[in-house]
Amino acid sequence: MTAKKDTLQRGPDGKLRHFLTVEGLDRAFLELIMDTADSFASVTEQTVKKVPLLRGKTIVNLFFETSTRTRTTFELAAKRLSADVLNVNIETSATTKGESLLDTIRNIEAMHVDMFVVRHAQSGAAHFIARHVAPHISVINAGDGRHAHPTQAMLDVYTIRKHKGDFHRLKVAIVGDILHSRVARSEIAALKILGAEEIRVVGPRTLIPADIQSLGVTVFHDLAEGLRGVDVVIMLRLQRERMTGAFIPSEHEYYASFGLTEGRLEQAAPDVMVMHPGPINRGVEIDSKVADGERSVILQQVSHGIAIRMAVMSMAMHHQGAGGVA
Amino acid sequence: MTLKLKIRGGRVIDPAQGFDEVTDLFIADGVVQALGQAPDGFTPNRCLEAQGCVVSPGFVDLSARLREPGLEHKATIRSESLAAIAGGVTTLVIPPDTLPVVDTPAVVQWLFDRAKAGGLVRLHPVGALTRGLKGQDLSEMSALKAAGCKAVSNAHHPVANTLVLRRSLEYAASHDLLVIVRPEDPDLKDGGCAHEGPVAARMGLKGIPYAAETVAVAQVLALIEQTGARVHFAQISSARAMRSIWRAQEKGFPVTADVAVHQLHLSEEALEGFDAAYHLSPPLRTREDLEALRVAVKEGVIGSLCSDHQPHEPDAKLDAFPATEPGIAGLETLLPLTLALVREGVMTLPRAIQSLTQSPAEVLGLSAGTLAPGSLADITIFDPEREWILDDSTWRSLGGNTPYWGQTLKGRVMATLLQGQVVFDLNFGEAS
Repeated sequence: MTAKKDTLQRGPDGKLRHFLTVEGLDRAFLELIMDTADSFASVTEQTVKKVPLLRGKTIVNLFFETSTRTRTTFELAAKRLSADVLNVNIETSATTKGESLLDTIRNIEAMHVDMFVVRHAQSGAAHFIARHVAPHISVINAGDGRHAHPTQAMLDVYTIRKHKGDFHRLKVAIVGDILHSRVARSEIAALKILGAEEIRVVGPRTLIPADIQSLGVTVFHDLAEGLRGVDVVIMLRLQRERMTGAFIPSEHEYYASFGLTEGRLEQAAPDVMVMHPGPINRGVEIDSKVADGERSVILQQVSHGIAIRMAVMSMAMHHQGAGGVA
Repeated sequence: MTLKLKIRGGRVIDPAQGFDEVTDLFIADGVVQALGQAPDGFTPNRCLEAQGCVVSPGFVDLSARLREPGLEHKATIRSESLAAIAGGVTTLVIPPDTLPVVDTPAVVQWLFDRAKAGGLVRLHPVGALTRGLKGQDLSEMSALKAAGCKAVSNAHHPVANTLVLRRSLEYAASHDLLVIVRPEDPDLKDGGCAHEGPVAARMGLKGIPYAAETVAVAQVLALIEQTGARVHFAQISSARAMRSIWRAQEKGFPVTADVAVHQLHLSEEALEGFDAAYHLSPPLRTREDLEALRVAVKEGVIGSLCSDHQPHEPDAKLDAFPATEPGIAGLETLLPLTLALVREGVMTLPRAIQSLTQSPAEVLGLSAGTLAPGSLADITIFDPEREWILDDSTWRSLGGNTPYWGQTLKGRVMATLLQGQVVFDLNFGEAS
């Protein structure tokens, strides 16, 4: 038996129906998302920060896991497209009453909405929802378990493109808790598709998934080696709950081994850019001097998140005939 | 009038006797009377035409969950018995993880009574290894044995520690009870839902490492050396664990093993797209594991194939992949998936039938699994070439959780007999 190809994301016409993962998309399509984001970037700089592309559409932010940054940037993006936005925080409502995921979806669907932006603690949740929603509804994955966070990856490569222009001679190091990171998985997929020369993952063995090399990355367990000559460093957040498990012995030892300091950054290329999907733990994975330093683009990432999310939402809505972008 | 049945002109394959001939089979009083020549004075009053079909002992399935008592929202003994006979399975070995758990003679007796009342299949409940399957205290194994249990097991439930495991193996051995072990270290499994490999790494699914299986096998093998217990390893999923078992067998350890037949056809790549139909326990592993397990079945290191039947209600599979319940409803695909192995050159048809009859019967010391004159006439007649579509019109299990839904399968049970009675008949040809 062979595995089935996942054709959930793009309709027969090649247009985006759902945005669940960057896996399976091609380079031209990722470029299109970024070009579309470019066209929206100016909107956010105007005094009236709105375009009427999604007027009359209702977008539901369906968050089964807490988030500040991702939810607010999705909300802003939707509002700048003139959509109506409903924030539903399920963590504190339905599922604790025993309602199934499918029932939750059915109920909100019955309110005649047009798009779900979903965050969920389980890998594959966005796929499951996309497979079960009414045909007119688009699903945007805002993070599912350890699997994917495609808009984060897109805003990261968008930020890289802004600074570096091209991906071909690029060496990128992703540092930290790769095992639990949906951001890392989506970034690896996006950078691969865009043709980055070398993608490194750096961290202790306990935080690197088995067989990660099969994704086309090289593994380093030593930060200095992993940073040598890289053009981009992406630091990942070390979640506090990982420190109590048997993944690392202590915050102190982690910082000593894998914390990004100015000294360590010397190993990288002179024009290295430092990224972090946030929220950052100062003094755990990154030193404040680096986070706030001139090579850091962390706050640009946040701004770019709005443009990228506007792009993805308008493209996904386009298959419904909402106008969208050409 | 006593039924005197003749099954005419089928290819009769009985590996227990090393028998494989196109011939007739004669049955009376629920017992096989003869193969080939009719016994003196035998005049059949019913005749089944089996030309083009294989006549085999009824299949013995070492792991089939019928969900009763206690989980009737998933399936019932009645529904799954109907699925079993449609799949040619006449003897079902039932894991003890029902509600209540099979840890008292009353539950064992209740299951025997239900099977007898149904009259469709034979059930062999496996007793709980520990009370309530909680992994803490020994179950009353002597009483369970007296009630008819041939084996004890903790099914998918963990045993608290190695001391409890040692004592339960010793205690089972002192009552000459087989211990069925589904080897999986619960700490190393750590709530995983997929094989820890490239696919899980990419999909962000929490992995179940090989070590979850190999550590458990190694631990049990060391304790067998200490205690002399007889152990059957159930549903092996990895080449590494299989090789440990192989080495133990070569050293003369009293260990046997089975594999779920779908593990010989599916591997981790099937998880692509998060289809919960492929959420299994043990997980689907790599192509290399699949190939090695196929060889192990051919060579007899893994003697038996089972369905590892786990029917679920639809809701159990309607959630994000990791949140769904693992398992396949496999009784009705056991035969076609086994025959596919024959067509793919993994093994001969007689060896395939042996893995469904003689081998599993021997694991439990059952008299089933043979057509030798004098044995109970539990018989499966199947057409190995007949194709059928798995859909609502053909499917009988209450559990629709099969990844083969809608597919065309090859190999169809035409009739199933329990103790000489035709309990399943797919419009089977009858001659006067």
